[in-house]
This record gives sequence, C-alpha cells and structure tokens, in this order.
Amino acid sequence: MSAAMDPVWTALALSLKVAGWATAITLVLGTAVGYMLARWRFPLRDLLDSLLTLPIVLPPTVLGYYLLVMLGRRGWLGAWLHDNLGINLIFTWQGAVIAASVVAFPLVFKPARAAFEAVDGQLEQAAQVLGLSGAKIFFRVTLPLAWRGILAGMLLAFARALGEFGATLMIAGSIPGHTQTLSIAVYEAVQAGQDDVANRLVLITSVVCVTVLLAAGRLMPGQVANRRDGDRG
Amino acid sequence: MDDASSTDASATDAALIDVDIRKTLGSGKRQFRLAVAFSSRCQRIVIIGPSGGGKSLTLKAIAGLMTPEQGRIQLAGTTLFDTRSSIDLAPQARRVAFLFQDYALFPHLNVRQNIGFGLSRHWLNPGADSGCPEVDYWLDAFNLAPVAHQFPHQLSGGQRQRTALARALVLQPRALLLDEPFAAVDPLLRIRMRTELDELQRRLSVPMIVITHDPLDAEVLGDQVFYLQDGVITDSGEGWPGAGRG
Repeated sequence: MSAAMDPVWTALALSLKVAGWATAITLVLGTAVGYMLARWRFPLRDLLDSLLTLPIVLPPTVLGYYLLVMLGRRGWLGAWLHDNLGINLIFTWQGAVIAASVVAFPLVFKPARAAFEAVDGQLEQAAQVLGLSGAKIFFRVTLPLAWRGILAGMLLAFARALGEFGATLMIAGSIPGHTQTLSIAVYEAVQAGQDDVANRLVLITSVVCVTVLLAAGRLMPGQVANRRDGDRG
Repeated sequence: MDDASSTDASATDAALIDVDIRKTLGSGKRQFRLAVAFSSRCQRIVIIGPSGGGKSLTLKAIAGLMTPEQGRIQLAGTTLFDTRSSIDLAPQARRVAFLFQDYALFPHLNVRQNIGFGLSRHWLNPGADSGCPEVDYWLDAFNLAPVAHQFPHQLSGGQRQRTALARALVLQPRALLLDEPFAAVDPLLRIRMRTELDELQRRLSVPMIVITHDPLDAEVLGDQVFYLQDGVITDSGEGWPGAGRG
C-alpha cells in the first residue's frame, strides 16, 4: 500500500511517525530526569548530567555505533530482548525511534531542568503547608510553572528527531517505506542523481523544521520569576 | 466575649507554644548553630532580631519545613516534633499557616484559586470560577471579591497579603506563622497592613507568631516578645509598653 504512494510522502509520513514517537518518549523521560536533576541531591549528579548531554556533542554515527553494539543481535540488551521477548530492533522503524530519542533527549531534559530550577521552591513549600502531598504539588504547582520551558524543549526535540540521520542509518538502515526517513531519503536521492526528488524532500523538510522553530520561539519563557532568599531571616 | 484581651483568652496552664530545638548548618568556619528555646502562653508572639540570626529557621522548624537535629516543638497541646519520642509530623499534617515574606502566592492561579488551593485535594487545581462557600466567605471578609479573577502580579501589596492570609485561614490552622510580613512593602503601606493584621488577629483570636526586625511590629503585634540573635534567644519581655491595647 505504502509502495503505491509517492515515495516523498511515504518518507515524510515515516519521519513524522518516528519523530512523533521519539518526542513522546523524550518528553516523559526528559521531564522526569530534568526534575530529578533539578530537585534531588545525589552523588555524581553533575556526571550524570554530562553523560546525558553527550548525544549533543558526539557524532551521530558514534552514537549509532554504541546503540548497535548494545541493541544488536549480539549486543547484551539486543540478545536479551531477542531471546526473551522475541524483539528485534535493528533495521526496524522502532529502532529508528530509539536512535532519534537518544539524540533528542538532551534537548528536552536540559530546558526541563532549567525550567524546574526556575520554579521558586517557596511555592512548593507553601503548597506543602497547605496540606498537599508531593506528587500533587508537582502536578498543581511545579509542572504548570515549568511547562513552557519543557514545551519549547519538546519542539526542538521534535525538529532534531525529524532531521536525525547518522544514528538512524546505523541502527535502522535505509529501507524505503520501512526505515527510510526524510533525511535519509534526501541522501539516497542525491546519490542516485534524482535531483527533483531531492529538491522536494529538502523543501518539505525545511518547511516543517522552520515551522517547529517558530513555534518553539514563541513558547520560550520570557521572564521567569526566580528568587530564592536566604533561609534564615 | 471577644473584648477580653487575647492574652487572657488563652490563660490555661499549658503553654500555647513550647519550642526547644537545636540545629547546626553549614560546615567549617561558616558554621551556624541554632539553639532556640522559648515557651509562651500568649496568643501574640513576636520574635525579633537581626537578619541571619535564625528567625526564619525557627519559624520553618515550627511549620515542618526544616527538621531540627534534636528537640521538641509543641503547639496548642499537640506535639509537632519530638526527637525523644521520634515524632516528626509532616508539614501537611501540622495544620499551621505559614506566611512567606513575599506571600508565595501561586502566580499561575487567580485570587479565588489561590484561596481555594488547600481545600481541594485533587490532582488538578480548582477552576477559575469554582464556587465554594468558604472561599466566598473569605473573599467577602477581606474585600477581595472585586479582584477574585485577578492574578497575583495584578494585585496591590495589601491585596496580596490578604489573599495569602485568606488562603491560610480557610483551612482553620492552629496558628499563624508570619515571616517578616511587612519587609517587602513601603513604609506607608506597612503601617496600614500592620494595623489590618492586628485587628484581624483580635477578631479571629487565632494564635500568631510573627518574626521581624522592626521594633514597631513588636510593639503593635507582640504580647510577648523574644529577642533572637546568633541562633539563641537572648531576651524576652511580656506586655511591651503600649503594646497596641487601644
């Protein structure tokens, strides 16, 4: 069915599917990790932050190789998944989702951490004294005050996931209609000398990414109340 | 009945508040030692002292926002904290009202939602129009009905204080704890807000502990005044001259 469709739209649909899933995953995990890093004190917190930021600076191919070593048939996680659950992630669109998620993750948890740190701790204390439990304080005070920063990060993550190339190619390959996303399709089209296909792919990708960036810019927190006074008056 | 001075109203054998706590903060040379002990039968207590003397810490310990290393805290016959019998009530269970210096109103909620915040135990905040008789009562009592739909940043200093008080009082707390309530407002407004608080406390006869560095606050609001410096109570006085008995 998808083979009958214009390959350009097939690639766009697949890209949106992969980027959508990756965004949903990074949104949940990134918010949780961002909150943890902002509020909990534990040893090696800064090291963990740096490790999780690594995908921004590492070449995507290096990242893809790490993932391949881990998730491949002979990788420790890949072997376990295959033997126990019969799941294979290599050369599947789900594998592409994992690659895109890892690459986009820092773009969510970094702004999420900053947004949570900008929430005045006194407001949470006020909610405590007013009788609310920790989890409810999170949903009624902390998250509503931090969501703009998280949302901006989420849109950046979506754009990044949409443009993901290197790690995705390593893990999921380039199977038209299955794992060939927009950015990979551009590469293949140029390699094959199909300039008209490449032009259309590039145009579509650009439009989608610019739209996302504009939306992210509007959601960036303008001024966030952030004051923390000394504890003893 | 309410004419009786608030001090007499609470004249029972047991102290209204009994605090004896110890806590060490920081390390090395920048260490700060808090060793505060006081008890009082008065309904209107002021703790006065210079900044950095441990006033806020003491108040936070009573509210459960800071855990002392050892000691005990009793309020209105209830033990809130006692290291000897391993009692440490969560802030949620202490039923005290804590007024932060800048009121800590929720900036994403309007006045009505702020006041009703503690009444609702749901996962979501009450709606912008949520009707609730207790909230309506306090909106009227504090002249906040006209600004019920406004957000904290749109309010005057006095309205903010009243919103914060209403948010706390709607839960019928055992005591009101106020952290430098007038430090952030200009002198003219300060006089008016101090008078407002004074009258309000007499009307409700709810026990009140105010911390401040302003002697005028102590004069007007304190039936008993404790002087706190460098982490210890160094002096106390009952019935300051002209302690606001009109």
